Amino acid sequence: MRWIWIDKFVEFESGRRAVAVKNVSLAEEHLHDHFPGFPVMPECLMIEGMAQTGGILVGQTSDFREKVVLAKINKAVFFDYVTPGDSLRIEARIETLAPEAVGTSGRITRGDQLIAEIDLMFSHIDHNLAGKKFPEENFVFTGSITTLLRDVVLDGPPDDRCGREPPQ
Amino acid sequence: MTMSRDEVFQKVQGVLVDALGVDDDEVTPEATLMGDLGAESIDFLDIVFRLEKAFGMKVPRDELFPAEGILNNPELISNGKLTDKGLSELRQRVPHMDLTEFEKDPNINKIVDLFTVNAIVNYVAGKVNAT
Repeated sequence: MRWIWIDKFVEFESGRRAVAVKNVSLAEEHLHDHFPGFPVMPECLMIEGMAQTGGILVGQTSDFREKVVLAKINKAVFFDYVTPGDSLRIEARIETLAPEAVGTSGRITRGDQLIAEIDLMFSHIDHNLAGKKFPEENFVFTGSITTLLRDVVLDGPPDDRCGREPPQ
Repeated sequence: MTMSRDEVFQKVQGVLVDALGVDDDEVTPEATLMGDLGAESIDFLDIVFRLEKAFGMKVPRDELFPAEGILNNPELISNGKLTDKGLSELRQRVPHMDLTEFEKDPNINKIVDLFTVNAIVNYVAGKVNAT
């Protein structure tokens, strides 16, 4: 991932669900134009936050060997504006898991308030139906995700873990 | 559990409305998934996932929409058309699809027209009523 939009993971249950946090800041330049005098987080960027949260949850099920890309937005419903200073909790759950694709459901909340419901589908692009070939190296997941997973420790042997090493 | 064809159709219609974002009156038995309902390749997997959930059954990927297994086999295609061997292979694999029109001109580009709402209903009705 070349562009990180979420701040960190706070919960991570391998293969089941993950929760990430996104803090919204007025220092984000696009908020100056969206809209002048009335800064609100663009809804497409809430989808991006869910895609990163769900995408990493999905990628971890294969120890980040599969190239996971967002393939379809099944549902995206928004219930309130998000403004600078808000802290969003982005929760993604795996609903269906197949060799070619994975379906997730998700909720974004601010405190107790529901902000959005976003269901996505991710494709494992090396298993695409058209039989297209992609470069061997995994260009989807790069080292930067380790930083995101700094506060969660995943089960499994150290080699399979994508978070940081536990404190000695 | 047995289900009437009409019950199966109603449920399949709901699945397609949700998966493809179409209105229920667009989901007629004859409608083709790609041509009429605008499905793309990822939608086929989405439909399979939703059918599994709606009917509580397993849908093997190569059973409901098996085209790629045939289209990727050069032995079954000649000059952009399915050979007789290809046609008989297809017949075996898709008893739930109506091949009457396709057999007159088995152009591989027309194979997607076989993926109709009716084909899904036939497939699901066969499965649920067989168990």
